Amino acid sequence: MEKRIKAPLTDEIVLSLHAGDKVIIDGPVLAARDAAHAKLVELLDKKENLPVDLQGQIIYYVGPTPARPGYVIGSAGPTTSSRMDKFAPLLIERGLKGMIGKGFRSQAVKDAIMKYKAVYFAATGGAGALISKRIIKQEIIAYEELGPEALRLMVVENFPVYVVNDAYGEDLYIQGQQKYAR
Amino acid sequence: MRTIKEEEILNAVKKVCIEAAFDLSKDVKEALNNALQAEESEVGKSILRELIENAEIASRERLALCQDTGFAVFFVEIGEQMHIEGSLNKALTEAVRQAYQEEFLRKSIVADPLRRKNTGDNTPCIIHISFVPGDKLTIMFSAKGGGSENMSRVGMLKPADGIDGVKNFIVETARLAGPNPCPPIIVGVGIGGTFEKAAQLAKRAIFRDVGKHNQDPFYADMEKELLVKINNLGIGPQGLGGRMFALAVNIDAFPCHIASLPLAVNIQCHSSRHRVITI
Repeated sequence: MEKRIKAPLTDEIVLSLHAGDKVIIDGPVLAARDAAHAKLVELLDKKENLPVDLQGQIIYYVGPTPARPGYVIGSAGPTTSSRMDKFAPLLIERGLKGMIGKGFRSQAVKDAIMKYKAVYFAATGGAGALISKRIIKQEIIAYEELGPEALRLMVVENFPVYVVNDAYGEDLYIQGQQKYAR
Repeated sequence: MRTIKEEEILNAVKKVCIEAAFDLSKDVKEALNNALQAEESEVGKSILRELIENAEIASRERLALCQDTGFAVFFVEIGEQMHIEGSLNKALTEAVRQAYQEEFLRKSIVADPLRRKNTGDNTPCIIHISFVPGDKLTIMFSAKGGGSENMSRVGMLKPADGIDGVKNFIVETARLAGPNPCPPIIVGVGIGGTFEKAAQLAKRAIFRDVGKHNQDPFYADMEKELLVKINNLGIGPQGLGGRMFALAVNIDAFPCHIASLPLAVNIQCHSSRHRVITI
């Protein structure tokens, strides 16, 4: 079933989503990967303020190619989410509601998704040129020195994803594989 | 003795680095189209259509096929009857530096694995050199993505583990990789040699065109059998469930020690950016 949702997310939106749903996202999302996650968690550990408010936010795990002149962004597909597993539970506890990436999540992340009502989406890995067309604005909001790993704010339109891990503990990677295994 | 100039190598390599980032190679395009015909899952079909459309947009707008424009890996075969005027290392490194800087490709290399400062120009490169008869220079290039590389494995099996042990290790590596390496994947396998030779063979195997089998019928049959087994896992495109988890299994083998059975599996994503040039 295809659903259209607006970011940032509320508990009500999160609870309406189920593993296997195709979802179209519109609105603002944060973009961060390994190095920016490490910095955010370091600030939280030191009890300092983050450069951005996480309440209801979606983080897209992406490190885009540089934009050509006249383009909003370069190629911008998802990166492997498991590298952010170490950091994600704390960010979810602090208000993060959604994550977009590709690949397996750890049990700790799945538990946090259930406990705090969040959701994990998969975007199509290796479709960076196509996905770049669904990002209509982007700016670096912190850690510019990290280059492709800087923290960005993006605005997406018609951004296609699948729900992999929902707040009910369901997992599309397990369901999908079971359905087609021989 | 034939002479080839550094500059000639640089220009030819730069051209293919750029082409590989934007133009999906013919073998992979065909494989994706065939996969679309064979896929049973609606979600899987929709993913494969996206990948085909992605390749069209990338080529038309000179946008990288994938934002991970990879680590530049070269296999170079130097003819024993030729001589390079200048530095081969400099030609390859400079080709990568210029291609990545001029064409808005991502710089994905950090100077040190623990201190992790980006080198800013996607260098250095990984260069494997061998010497062959003749007066030609053959350069094979792949822009190797990190997500699929991370799901690769090396195993030092016992000779008694035999063919079944090898097959199980390969299928298990694919199963453990699951959705992470951007399936549909290409599975490169190196059997034999030593610890490092097996890994090098597996890497070399992902440079082979999809659809081309090992010339030894024994290994060609094993490639076909393993492809069926891996696709029967049901993992499918992007791991969301389906028939087409892998496009190819490419095996390369090499003599090994009486005590050893080294085995390496190098996983490649569907965005297999590979080119060969002969000068």
